[in-house]
Amino acid sequence: MANSPMTPGIAAARLPEETLEANFADLHPPLDGHEATVAADRCYFCYDAPCITACPTAIDIPLFIRQIAAGSPENAAKTIFDQNILGGMCARVCPTETLCEEACVREAAEGKPVEIGRLQRYATDTVMEKGEHPFTRGGPTGKRVAVVGAGPAGLACAHRLAMKGHDVVLYDAKPKPGGLNEYGIATYKTVGGFAQAEVDWLFKIGGIETRYGQGLGAGLSLDALAEEYDAVFLGIGLQGVNALGASGDDKDGVRDAVDFISDLRQTGDYATLPVGRNVVVIGGGMTAVDAAVQSKLLGAETVTMVYRRTRDRMSASEYELDLAASKGVRIVTGAQPVAVHGNGAVTEIEFAYVHAGPSGLEPTGETFRLPADQVLKAIGQKLDGAPEGLVLDGGKIRVDGKGRTSRDGVWAGGDCATGGDDLTVTAVAEGRDAAEDIHRALLA
Amino acid sequence: MADLASDFVGIKSPNPFWLASAPPTDKEYNVRRAFDAGWGGVVWKTLGFDPHIVNVNGPRYGAIWGADRRLLGLNNIELITDRPLEVNLREIKAVKRDYPDRAMVVSLMVPCEEEPWKKILPMVEETGADAVELNFGCPHGMSERGMGSAVGQVPEYIEMVARWCKQHTRMPVIVKLTPNITDIRYPARAAKAGGADAVSLINTVSSITSVNLDSFSPEPSIDGKGSHGGYCGPAVKPIALNMVAEIARDAETAGLPISGIGGVTTWRDAAEFLALGAGNVQVCTAAMTYGFKIVEEMAAGLSSYLDEKEMSLSDLVGRATPNVTDWQYLNLNYVTKARIDQDLCIKCGRCYAACEDTSHQAISMSPERVFDVIDEECVACNLCVNVCPVENCITMEELTPGTVDARTGKVVEAEYANWTTHPNNPSAQAAE
Ligand SMILES: Cc1cc2nc3c(=O)[nH]c(=O)nc-3n(C[C@H](O)[C@H](O)[C@H](O)COP(=O)(O)OP(=O)(O)OC[C@H]3O[C@@H](n4cnc5c(N)ncnc54)[C@H](O)[C@@H]3O)c2cc1C
Ligand SMILES: Cc1cc2nc3c(=O)[nH]c(=O)nc-3n(C[C@H](O)[C@H](O)[C@H](O)COP(=O)(O)O)c2cc1C
Ligand code: SF4
Ligand code: SF4
Ligand code: SF4
Repeated sequence: MANSPMTPGIAAARLPEETLEANFADLHPPLDGHEATVAADRCYFCYDAPCITACPTAIDIPLFIRQIAAGSPENAAKTIFDQNILGGMCARVCPTETLCEEACVREAAEGKPVEIGRLQRYATDTVMEKGEHPFTRGGPTGKRVAVVGAGPAGLACAHRLAMKGHDVVLYDAKPKPGGLNEYGIATYKTVGGFAQAEVDWLFKIGGIETRYGQGLGAGLSLDALAEEYDAVFLGIGLQGVNALGASGDDKDGVRDAVDFISDLRQTGDYATLPVGRNVVVIGGGMTAVDAAVQSKLLGAETVTMVYRRTRDRMSASEYELDLAASKGVRIVTGAQPVAVHGNGAVTEIEFAYVHAGPSGLEPTGETFRLPADQVLKAIGQKLDGAPEGLVLDGGKIRVDGKGRTSRDGVWAGGDCATGGDDLTVTAVAEGRDAAEDIHRALLA
Repeated sequence: MADLASDFVGIKSPNPFWLASAPPTDKEYNVRRAFDAGWGGVVWKTLGFDPHIVNVNGPRYGAIWGADRRLLGLNNIELITDRPLEVNLREIKAVKRDYPDRAMVVSLMVPCEEEPWKKILPMVEETGADAVELNFGCPHGMSERGMGSAVGQVPEYIEMVARWCKQHTRMPVIVKLTPNITDIRYPARAAKAGGADAVSLINTVSSITSVNLDSFSPEPSIDGKGSHGGYCGPAVKPIALNMVAEIARDAETAGLPISGIGGVTTWRDAAEFLALGAGNVQVCTAAMTYGFKIVEEMAAGLSSYLDEKEMSLSDLVGRATPNVTDWQYLNLNYVTKARIDQDLCIKCGRCYAACEDTSHQAISMSPERVFDVIDEECVACNLCVNVCPVENCITMEELTPGTVDARTGKVVEAEYANWTTHPNNPSAQAAE
């Protein structure tokens, strides 16, 4: 090992190989059969269960858990996939503590919900490890649909359309499918190349032709797609990043957190990834937490996450903030970056304390500096390159409850569209529902 | 600490916890360890004449488990002891000599003729044992040979054998009853008529625990086949409690000492058997599941309970018997309604599903998931109480006399009134 956490500047291989391997292992190891039976036994099979309502894809949770308890994990998986074809990924990445498990009656009763996420993983893994795909395509409809973006929204939409018998052509600007499942989600949430394996498994439905490296705006136009296909679905996510708005933010060592994470997800060897000795992450969401935690896991000596508002306004859940704290990430709130210092490369970053005033955040007059070799910006993604002619709303493509955009024959869902939280599971729900509406429209 | 010393038909033991006749009492090694662990007595594994029987050489037990592998019911196809008579007798004598303060009862099963009984009883007497228990209960293997439950199912045989035994030994005779019968009072009455000093019950319940859905063999499977076995453990306790109570409150057998057996797992189970009229209890499955050490919990638990209630052991015996009655004597003017404690309710909706789908549509559900009892519909069946996952969240509240039952529109009466005088009863007797 050439370097250590103390090595100045930005350096790779700060920790031994074995430590890196262990650091990036499964955050929640899978349940074995007996653990699953015991965990399933805790479910009360609630009437009109609140956990179902809390799941954006409305999986019939009591039913699938009962199927696990009765020793039929395959049937449990079918129950899950009926509603959520990416149930395997969602089992790993959903912030269950703010979704189904928060709503679980046992959370209210004991602060210890039924482990819905881990049970969902148990069921879906059982089927996926066997390579079985539980759905078959309906008879051909002769209709062709273009799905742009192979992230969770696009994948869910494509699968549902293919299942209904439509021919789907799935475009993505990137060389690999998966969207943020492949490039964004924290490494320790989806280990072992799961994202690609899941996509391969999903394509077993048949009827989905893939065209990677083809982007809307880069060779493809919405008009041309609308012309060629019977319907178009857009699931292009949020490709732009917000600007920091502090002087000197173009210095070396200042980076978008999503790019940093994307490198992490694509590497075959963590020891090759450089990370600062002192890392400062700016932001208060899931991306900020993931960037901070993974910097620490790569061997940064200090990692500080700085957010401008109060802790309760952070979009990262309490669970994630605790996870960050447990890995040694320091969390500072109520501070906003004003200047990045350093000669060519960042060495320090200066913050102003702020508090909420009548006209937004106001400086308190107090400032402080943190040593920083690396600054990761996680202050939100935004829609980039929305096709012309679509009405936007709050920076996103406006859609109605069925996913219809302002343009006839064009649907959208996932992060790029209005409505719902920016979560994998929400993207799946929106993609699926848009497919149902497209199906209705095409057969009308 | 309450004194747990027990005297059951003259058999003294330091506590009322005996090990039932079964594998835990099958040999000297086990019984010495049991006594060292604190068991008050044992009923030695059932003896028969040589040539000794043989057991299967594959699995003899099947089981029912809860989700976390808690053993809820056990089933066995074991027979009586498979060791020579002489070896057992020698060991019984040695153990009794070394543990004179413990109860040593010897279980017996020989053919249903006077000679064999007349022959074996003196052999047992010679060991210094305190009593014999006649195994009329074993439901498998031995019954096909005209012994065990084949005898226990015919009251005349029970009476006959009990009488022979009383004639041929000075030892107390306990008759062990099988539950595989329609009315337990008949065999108990027969035992009493034959002069038995006590009855013990229950032996195991005929059962098939499960079927293998791949091989289609009953479990436990012996080369692809299975036969019915005897069921015991926590699952059989309710059956055993009822049978003990039936005998305790039957006019013909009232006062006949009872040794309570069947699913005793903790001190609470033991206390319930005692309250229903058992003079002591015997334990098999719980010891086979957890080992001998459980007797420490049982003794300490019973003792604290007696202290707390300021009762002696004998005060407890039969305390609940007078409260066991027949359905037609239950007070029909006792009216209750389910009450939901909204602070405890976790809004699972199980009470609603149960009542709405399968009972009386007496629980309402609001859009905010508030569950309320509809007094106009509630018949007080208790199903919601039983399915609610939160203890004491739903309780039954007694309507005070003078108030109106919203379901029937009738004023609740203070007087006791039962079915025998109810106007809907075709054979109701006049009230006066
Ligand atoms: C770092 C990070 C961590 C996250 N962690 C979690 C988490 O733990 N749990 C959770 O639920 N959510 C998490 N999220 C959010 C979640 O990843 C997104 O909500 C989800 O991926 C949105 O799915 P989508 O299909 O709308 O978009 P994306 O996943 O962004 O997919 C969009 C796809 O469209 C393609 N594309 C974009 N533009 C074009 C174009 N012009 N032409 C063709 N193709 C295009 C992209 O290449 C991409 O493949 C995280 C997000 C980030 C950034
Ligand atoms: C494996 C096994 C063997 C048994 N053998 C005998 C026996 O030889 N004689 C007898 O009277 N009862 C026998 N029994 C019945 C027990 O003594 C006891 O009556 C029954 O198991 C119920 O008690 P429990 O629920 O505590 O196990 C046996 C029970 C088991 C489990
Ligand atoms: S709320 Fe919890 S207990 Fe109720 S059905 Fe859902 S997982 Fe089961
Ligand atoms: S309990 Fe002992 S005798 Fe019985 S199967 Fe297991 S190891 Fe063999
Ligand atoms: S079963 Fe109990 S906890 Fe559940 S809703 Fe009914 S009263 Fe509430």
